[in-house]
Amino acid sequence: MFVAMNHDSYSDAYIRGILNTVKSIAMVGISPKDNRPSYFAFKYLLERGYTMIPVNPGQAGKEILGRTVYARLAEIPGPVDMVDVFRASRFAEALVEEALTLKPRPQVIWMQLGVRNDAAAAKAEAGGMKVVMNRCPKIEYGRLSSEIGWIGVNSGTITSKRARLLGKGVQRMSLNRTTMVGASAVAAERAHKDGSGGST
Amino acid sequence: MNDRVPGFSTLAIHAGAQPDPTTGARATPIYQTTSFVFDDVDHAASLFGLQTFGNIYTRIGNPTNAVLEERVAALEGGTAGLAVASGHAAQVVVMHTLMQPGDEFVASRKLYGGSINQFNHAFKNFGWNVVWADPDDISTFERAVTPKTKAIFTESIANPGGVITDLEAVSAVAKRAGVPLVVDNTLATPYLCKPIDHGADIVVHSLTKFLGGHGNSIGGLIVDGGTFNWSREGRYPMLSEPRPEYNGIVLHETFGNFAFAIACRVLGLRDIGPALSPFNAFLILTGIETLPLRMQRHCDNTQVVTEWLAQHRKVAWVSYPGLPGDRYHNLAKKYCPNGSGSVFTFGLKGGYDAGVRLVSNVRLFSHLANIGDTRSLIIHPASTTHKQLTDEQKVASGAGPDVVRLSIGLEDSADIIGDLEQGLEAA
Repeated sequence: MFVAMNHDSYSDAYIRGILNTVKSIAMVGISPKDNRPSYFAFKYLLERGYTMIPVNPGQAGKEILGRTVYARLAEIPGPVDMVDVFRASRFAEALVEEALTLKPRPQVIWMQLGVRNDAAAAKAEAGGMKVVMNRCPKIEYGRLSSEIGWIGVNSGTITSKRARLLGKGVQRMSLNRTTMVGASAVAAERAHKDGSGGST
Repeated sequence: MNDRVPGFSTLAIHAGAQPDPTTGARATPIYQTTSFVFDDVDHAASLFGLQTFGNIYTRIGNPTNAVLEERVAALEGGTAGLAVASGHAAQVVVMHTLMQPGDEFVASRKLYGGSINQFNHAFKNFGWNVVWADPDDISTFERAVTPKTKAIFTESIANPGGVITDLEAVSAVAKRAGVPLVVDNTLATPYLCKPIDHGADIVVHSLTKFLGGHGNSIGGLIVDGGTFNWSREGRYPMLSEPRPEYNGIVLHETFGNFAFAIACRVLGLRDIGPALSPFNAFLILTGIETLPLRMQRHCDNTQVVTEWLAQHRKVAWVSYPGLPGDRYHNLAKKYCPNGSGSVFTFGLKGGYDAGVRLVSNVRLFSHLANIGDTRSLIIHPASTTHKQLTDEQKVASGAGPDVVRLSIGLEDSADIIGDLEQGLEAA
């Protein structure tokens, strides 16, 4: 039986499952400027052990944080587990179509905070890909690992389980832990609807 | 798959806290350290550039304080919190983030006397100009708004008079003006009232009072509601403009719905410096674990005491929204349905001298300038907390010469009443 995914609200288990599964992430629309949100997210996810692949036609052939930039998804030599869409909502559908042609096909289409395109999401889901919209993987990683609590952010999680070190120094935590999910951050839901925010 | 939403008491104990990742300590440790080692040079660069989450220096952030920040943010339904050294520090840091020299903010004239002083004097030295409005006449807020207005400020339950602000009406004024509504929720605590649910954008606290609850630690906290669009009109350059302090980062674009709390931390707390001691954060956190139990007992005791006082032959009036017939009774039922707190005033028929005799003769009540303690407290505002105000300001803020303020503690209500009874004999 097909149950339509609710894109207004995601369970922590759904997000954690994605971030615990994917290994390579192609970030489409990354900026080479080190004060831009996309650069922040790219660097953070790189430091958390993901294989990060920058995609930006204007920067093709150059390097960002030591990683070669590709013009299009199809040019990436290795497999891409997740496509992180750092583009305006209207570009999402074309990116989904491009992702559908990749072999192997990516498992996840992730649209950044402020990016939502339901037609693109439906197309991706019909092609067997999971979809997250209007969220930032850096914030979600920080929330579910509890790192984000270090800057006073309401993670919306409750747990009696110890957080696990990622194994790269003392200020990086892993996602390998269960939480009494919930607290879902009424405020977070509200802000996602507001659409005013950026991402980090 | 269903995400269970924890209740208030669960959040009061658990939000923000978890077993310590390195030792397994279950209570939140006191990280009594000034600084934190970096994993490597690149990690340090990422931290200083705000590119990763983590700890650098306790003036900017500390893991014990961070638990407190997340705890209160969760209880208030906000996106993030920032702990500072006192409630007054919270107000300085909030206004520093919102105001430029020459700007204005509209504030309720019925506030804690210390806030009235801070706004009238200290803030004016920064060029932040307060314009007073009357919470009993919302149109005065509307009329006070000018193109220079950057915020509206009120208390949910005002100290000391038990004035309850119609937050939704004031929020509507703030929305029309395109400015954030800042609410001091110290007297209510989120157990009694959650201002963000009623349209507040920022909540400030003196943790010193009911949140800490035991009269042992000064502290303050700022909660970001995550509700305000800082970039819409570009009137808040701390949030919407590239910051030279941080390599041209735009904080709202980078941190989204918790950008205000981050701006207060990395531009306010970092540069102004009123950091909270981690030891105080620990004591306050321990207090918050029992907040729901304590607040209900505070309210229950206060209801009994105010009903008794209202019948006393030497008492002219009792101002407590929990009493039927009080002018704020209906607002209390809407905004504070579990109780109207434990701070209230009453007037003695014998005037100023009777007030002095009462505070001199009580034996269980402590005569001091604080509220929100386990112990019952008494003060004569006209000669202490509100002494620096003019007579007109004293009356306007509910602290006239005949007024006595009580903060009802957690003792047996019979003992509280017994002490007042013998004290009033002498009054």
